[in-house]
Amino acid sequence: MKFGVVVFPGSNCDRDMYNALVHDLNQECIMLWHKDSDLSEFTTEDCIVLPGGFSYGDYLRTGAIARFSPIMQSIIEFAKNGGKVLGVCNGFQILCESHLLPGALLRNNNQQYVCKNLYIKDVQDKVYKIPIAHGEGRYYADDATLDILEKNNQVLFRYCDEKGNLVPEANPNGSVRNIAGICNETRNVFGMMPHPERACSSLLGNTDGRKIFEILFSEVMEGVI
Amino acid sequence: MKFTVQVKVMPLKELLDPQGKAVMTGLGNLGLKAIEDVRIGKNISLQVEANSAEEAKQIAEEASKKLLANPVMEYFEITAV
Repeated sequence: MKFGVVVFPGSNCDRDMYNALVHDLNQECIMLWHKDSDLSEFTTEDCIVLPGGFSYGDYLRTGAIARFSPIMQSIIEFAKNGGKVLGVCNGFQILCESHLLPGALLRNNNQQYVCKNLYIKDVQDKVYKIPIAHGEGRYYADDATLDILEKNNQVLFRYCDEKGNLVPEANPNGSVRNIAGICNETRNVFGMMPHPERACSSLLGNTDGRKIFEILFSEVMEGVI
Repeated sequence: MKFTVQVKVMPLKELLDPQGKAVMTGLGNLGLKAIEDVRIGKNISLQVEANSAEEAKQIAEEASKKLLANPVMEYFEITAV
């Protein structure tokens, strides 16, 4: 399995993602430019990553313009053929705008850009400390869509307190049902607002991000959860 | 012929609009207590080459559906052609 990290104009977590994958997780990784559209060196075993940042200056809506970039047309095709795609932060916003994931990410309900460590838990109720950094991370979808997501176990991560309780105070942005990360129905497209790539090195004081990547790239992809 | 089409894009009524809420607080501080609610959207002005106003409107509608508005969180209206 190898990775491709897309660089859009305005991406700013692309190098963090590359460093985490290559140096902390010992993965093969290639940088991809938004104007390219050739993904022929990737197979459906591989994963394309859309990093965090402010692609196209967040103009119109976050992720709205990136969706129409040349590489996204290839990535949409790649995902529909079963290729794996992960979007973090702005990458999650782009995946929602591209209709590869349901719902949308709205401006935080507290009117603030929030940048801090917080806790999220996975479907097995294990709690992780992961940083977030966003102003528009309030996940929203209508109730019918949310019920489908929950029924299919597509909600991968939720904001919680240190002990794993889904309390309103642990929700940093007003996301519905404390949702921090989801996958699509076929479990090959993943989106999350927290930044696991910023928590993969002991030098940075937090390695919980490694466990997030392990969950995504082993358990979820292999169909264990 | 050239037409100027105005597209109004607004957050869905059932969704919280934090920007509107912040401005509402500011208006309250100004003493404008009669204003009970504020919601903020966008006005997008398009210059469209078309054979008729109707055609210009249709083109603007297509642009709005495909890019200018996201129906998960917004609705749009063509306000003037």
